[in-house]
Amino acid sequence: MTKILSVAALLATTLAFSGGATASEDVGDAIFSISRQKEIVPVDNKQYKEECGSCHFAYQPGLLPSKSWEKLLTAEALSKHFGENAELDKDTLKVIHDYAIDNAADKSFHKRSRKIAIATEHVEAPLRITEVRYIKRKHHEIPAKMIKGNKDVKSLSYCDACHTQANKGVFDSDTVKIPNFPDWDD
Amino acid sequence: MKKFCTLMILALFVAAPVAMATPATDALLAKYKAEGVTKIDAAKAKSDWTKEAKGEDGEPIACSTCHGTDFSKAGKHRKTHKVIDPMSTRVNTERFTDEKKIEKWFKRNCNDAWGRECTSQEKADFLTFLLAQ
Repeated sequence: MTKILSVAALLATTLAFSGGATASEDVGDAIFSISRQKEIVPVDNKQYKEECGSCHFAYQPGLLPSKSWEKLLTAEALSKHFGENAELDKDTLKVIHDYAIDNAADKSFHKRSRKIAIATEHVEAPLRITEVRYIKRKHHEIPAKMIKGNKDVKSLSYCDACHTQANKGVFDSDTVKIPNFPDWDD
Repeated sequence: MKKFCTLMILALFVAAPVAMATPATDALLAKYKAEGVTKIDAAKAKSDWTKEAKGEDGEPIACSTCHGTDFSKAGKHRKTHKVIDPMSTRVNTERFTDEKKIEKWFKRNCNDAWGRECTSQEKADFLTFLLAQ
């Protein structure tokens, strides 16, 4: 009986130790990445960047949930992409579709993507980033004259008109500069 | 000497459009010819460039709406405002160097501007016209 107990104790200690080691690494990782995971993952796929970015700001996949990308990135949908023909060949479409799905808001642990995922969880898949409740709320207090009525902005769709580090996935208010309104402050 | 100069100037005129062609455009023009194009009409492409049709959103649209008419200057997408690099191969050496890319944009842009794909004849005309810019 004593033998069994001591074996059990040894086993328990070993487990606790190994478990402890893993847990502390995890905690370290988590703390380290919390500081890095505030924003949106920047685009790191060359084809995605090129194909989407040749017509508009290459919106990061983490700005919409995967159910939205599923709707947007089909051959049929792309032939009428917000009124424009944005057809891609089959192979390119697969790369872009898969990249968007794999990095969609609901697959990401980055802060803003999480908020977008939560805001879109129980509603019909939005087709526009500007329809996402969280995005709307974030821009709610900015007067129309600074966006719609601003000749150098015109619409919320042009992220990088004001978000100076949008291409890095950084949408923090400290990095915002509204053209023609140098005194604007959040 | 005078004769030589005249010859040189003449040679420039003859050589210029050819010099601007790329392997990609050579291959495409050969393809369009194989598809039945016999006579290329760059003048028609010139007038088609500014020919307005009704776009999907009801607004008039032509090639020049986004690309402009000064081919040495950048254009701007009418909706997204994205800068479109110059069409002239003289100032934009990247232009018309990728066969797949040229066909991709012909397909998209003809559909957007005219609501249909362009014929091989129209593409041959446009390409020849643009290469001379």
